[in-house]
Amino acid sequence: MKLTVQDLNSHYGPAHILFDIGFEVGEGEVVALLGRNGAGKSTTFRSIVGLVAQRSGRIMFEGKDVSAKPTHEIVREGLGYVPEERRIFTDLTVEENLEVGRQPKRPNAPHWTREKLFALFPNLGEMKNRPGGRMSGGEQQMLTIARTLMGNPSLVLLDEPSEGLSPKIVEQMVDAILTMKKEGVSIVVSEQNLHFARLISDRAYIIERGRICFGGTMAELDSRPDIRDAHLSL
Amino acid sequence: MSVAPPLLAVEGLTKSYGGIHAVRGVSFSLRAGEILALIGPNGAGKSTCFDMLNGQNKPDSGHVRLLGEETTGKKPREIWRMGVGRTFQITATFATMTVRENVQVALISHGKQLYNLFGSAPNFDRNEAGRLLELVGMGGYADRPCGELAYGDLKRLELAVALANEPKLLLMDEPTAGMAPRERVDLMRLTAQIAREKSIGVLFTEHDMDVVFEHADRIIVLNRGTLIAEGSPAEVRGNPQVQAVYLGEGLVYDARHREGTSA
Amino acid sequence: MAFYVVQFLTGLASAASLFLVASGLSIIFGVTRIVNFAHGAFYMIGAYIAFTLTERLSGAFGFWGSIVLAALAVALIGVLVEMVLLRRIYHAPELFQLLATFGLTLMVEDLVVLIWGPDDLVGRRAPGFKGAIDFFSQNIPSYDLFLIVLGPVVLGILWLLFQRTRWGVLVRAATQDRDMVAALGVNQKWLFTSVFAVGVFLAALGGALQIPRDAVHHAMDLRIIVEVFVVVVIGGLGSIVGAFVAAVLVSELNAFGILIFPKISIILVFLVMAVVLIVRPWGLFGKPEAAARKTPGLTVNPWRPLTSNERLASLAALVIAATLPLFAGNYALTVGSEIAIFVIFAVSLHFLMSVGGLASFGHAAYFGLGAYGIAFLAKMAGLPMIVCLLLGPLLGCMGAAVFGFFAVQLSGVYFAMLTLAFAQIVWSIAFQWVSVTGGDNGILGVWPEKWAASPSHFYWLALGVAALVTIALRIAVFSPFGYALRATRDSVLRSEAIGIDAKRIQWTAFVIAGTTAGIGGALFAYLKGSVFPDNLGISLSVDALVMVLLGGVETVSGAVIGAIVYKALNIWLVSQTDLSKLVLGGFIVLIVVVFPKGIVGMLEMLAQRRRKSSPPGSPLLAKPIESAE
Repeated sequence: MKLTVQDLNSHYGPAHILFDIGFEVGEGEVVALLGRNGAGKSTTFRSIVGLVAQRSGRIMFEGKDVSAKPTHEIVREGLGYVPEERRIFTDLTVEENLEVGRQPKRPNAPHWTREKLFALFPNLGEMKNRPGGRMSGGEQQMLTIARTLMGNPSLVLLDEPSEGLSPKIVEQMVDAILTMKKEGVSIVVSEQNLHFARLISDRAYIIERGRICFGGTMAELDSRPDIRDAHLSL
Repeated sequence: MSVAPPLLAVEGLTKSYGGIHAVRGVSFSLRAGEILALIGPNGAGKSTCFDMLNGQNKPDSGHVRLLGEETTGKKPREIWRMGVGRTFQITATFATMTVRENVQVALISHGKQLYNLFGSAPNFDRNEAGRLLELVGMGGYADRPCGELAYGDLKRLELAVALANEPKLLLMDEPTAGMAPRERVDLMRLTAQIAREKSIGVLFTEHDMDVVFEHADRIIVLNRGTLIAEGSPAEVRGNPQVQAVYLGEGLVYDARHREGTSA
Repeated sequence: MAFYVVQFLTGLASAASLFLVASGLSIIFGVTRIVNFAHGAFYMIGAYIAFTLTERLSGAFGFWGSIVLAALAVALIGVLVEMVLLRRIYHAPELFQLLATFGLTLMVEDLVVLIWGPDDLVGRRAPGFKGAIDFFSQNIPSYDLFLIVLGPVVLGILWLLFQRTRWGVLVRAATQDRDMVAALGVNQKWLFTSVFAVGVFLAALGGALQIPRDAVHHAMDLRIIVEVFVVVVIGGLGSIVGAFVAAVLVSELNAFGILIFPKISIILVFLVMAVVLIVRPWGLFGKPEAAARKTPGLTVNPWRPLTSNERLASLAALVIAATLPLFAGNYALTVGSEIAIFVIFAVSLHFLMSVGGLASFGHAAYFGLGAYGIAFLAKMAGLPMIVCLLLGPLLGCMGAAVFGFFAVQLSGVYFAMLTLAFAQIVWSIAFQWVSVTGGDNGILGVWPEKWAASPSHFYWLALGVAALVTIALRIAVFSPFGYALRATRDSVLRSEAIGIDAKRIQWTAFVIAGTTAGIGGALFAYLKGSVFPDNLGISLSVDALVMVLLGGVETVSGAVIGAIVYKALNIWLVSQTDLSKLVLGGFIVLIVVVFPKGIVGMLEMLAQRRRKSSPPGSPLLAKPIESAE
């Protein structure tokens, strides 16, 4: 297994947010984490990369227990994180944004160079010296993914990549994610848009009120409209 | 077509930043009780346009009129006093106050009691606050701290706050962003129902085409600062230019309609 | 003409040190978001250590080596402070950080006197720059010329560091979003520590380079820090170029101000700052802050009016307090009166700070204005005491109306710095306008009339007024105005969208708070029988902040408890030790780190825990509340 999460519990202050979350991601898999807003998708990701101070449980990444490590060490192991809201450094140029994400080459993960990323996201190549703050939402979403790929991760957590993007840009995002998969990156993507998730994912988990309440292939999910409708409330 | 005078009339709205036109010559109108969607690619000028309507931003030229009265260049709080309520893309509420108190602040402002230093605010228009909360289905949450609410509930609270001054027009910036599909449908149905009952005009921006096609009476499409299309959902959907710049191949929104699982 | 050129060059030379210190403060603020009040203390330690080293090491190499060595040593101290203290409070609200670093400053002031003694120390001249150059029969010290060249050189080095190195790119990225930098695999802790070290190094270097020009003394920290605040506010917090331009501007204003307006030389600089802030609120080279990621930080439990039982309990406490004259002696009664007066002062700041979300770092200005108001009316106009008490606070009210108008245009740390600067203006006027205020000698002989003169009568007066003020402000908190004020605190955006003129509401709150502080000051003048510039000084402003903080910023009534505990402790401490600043500073640091919720906040938390029978794993210390999903 690429990533195994067991009994993950998280708190914000007095509020208990995640309850015994557990899921797995296989080598080269794209797994969707589905659920409504506030269900705990982002908190799950933030907990995995150590951005939530109060968490317990076991997080195994490539066979190593990373649950007690600080954020930057987890990321340096090759576990990339793309946050929601993109969080581009708006004062820095595209090149400088990528520089912040740069990490050394890793033996078991695809190596990304600026040139390769500009091929994946041609728009970025045309605006290397533009400050992040003067880019459109779609361009920023591409930059935030490219920035994380500069760290040569073997697995990427993608938090709501389609949020706030026009349908056309979302379709480009589908292509980019499938290309990443082809290159050998494992991906966990959190989503509310089931159409989008279906186009990219091998398997899906549903999270509801901080608990995992379904796990299976996309076909299995489609054969269980009761679960889908109860928790995704389509 | 319509004999009723326009509730909102926008004429030749233009704004540029550093020589680049963000919005150029945008004109449209909105009738009372009508639900109008403003869509377009990221960076097309939707937010700029929206901010010029609510007073957050001043146009370089052009006019915005509410029932014939000029609102161009007025401050947000002045536009609110003219009867324009709004909700934000990222909810803006008073996080340390309870749900009821959030509504009461709006009522206090509406009743021009802002500088009353000795009255009892907890008892201020309590019934009216309760009624507004019931209207949006938040009656049971009145005493909850606003900071504890789920996102969908915050959006409903914003709607209740926006209704506190009996508005004629509602401006909603991506009202369903960040919500689950069922919540989106619920919120927009509720909005539509209230708008029809009270004859309130609604203008909203949105990226979820399922929401737009289902709830908008009319759609206007913005691209690179200019309006490129206007019409009914069916018309806009079939417009090749809109498909080219915005809708794409319809993979990421249309499936639900095709499968017939639409709510 | 030559004279003016020389004056100009002197100004430029002074700008060098100021620029070094200010750029250090700006760099630290940019990344850590901490306005490091202790920056002046690092500057001072730099000067002291450099003095000691240059006395020991001889020759040119010894001198210049000492300067660099001193700066490095202080940078090391800075690293320790960062690791031990600041790392614990990075997620705390700005106000706590300002206070913690202020506490450090207090401690350093006493420590420096302990180590180097209270006297001014005059250092060696710089080898190679001992002479002066003749310029049309005016002398220019060659060391000044060295400093004039040094400023731009340091600016250039810093520019290269930030634009051309990976470290610089990371620092600039962290300036915007430090969590994101960590999420990209960068060790945030060491990045912060390195930034802090660089900033402190610059401050200490600035101090060390001053020894050939100025005597080293133990009050140089406060003098420089106020100037540095002015520089970074004019230049724009976070901008190094801004720090340079503003340092030159401020130094030249000082150099020429003394020639043109000798009486108000200090005020000139502050006036320029006020004008800059109103025209460009983020400084000449600063950028408007993007709406900061909201750290809730403040109260999560909604406030509610007292229940009838709680009202009875408060009334009982008041009655018990009123019986004090029956068994206590005169000294205890005077202490009691002073505490009552500080309750008034604390609740007035609490109203502005907790209810309005506007943390003023210069609230003593309005307290002091109330006191001076009394002194003018009683001593000069000879009005009766009751009339004085009614009219005196109006001076505080007027001051708050004028300064508040400008201050509420800003928010957050800028608001704090601007209020601090305004308080310094008022202090300067009281200090320099000797013919009216008596300057440092103050105004003496402001005694209450016979009916209020005895300690017990005055105590009852102070207690009564304190009770009335506390009740009135509590009513205001739960009035429509109080709701509107809290609304502007929580979200200006939403307030404006429902027809609230946020700035006017905040201005009104500022005037209410200033007037109330003025009432406290008026009573204080009568209690002490005199008025001094210290009554509107920085340390009194900080006292008020600590009282509110100690009680609990998030509570409605914490300020009352905070004032009682703090003032009693303060009076007792000063009578027990010569090192009161050291103890007080340590105390402030301790509160910020260990009791961020204050006494009343702690009690409320405990009570709540008992009710809920403690959720598992909830820590005793308030952990940072991160933006929840």
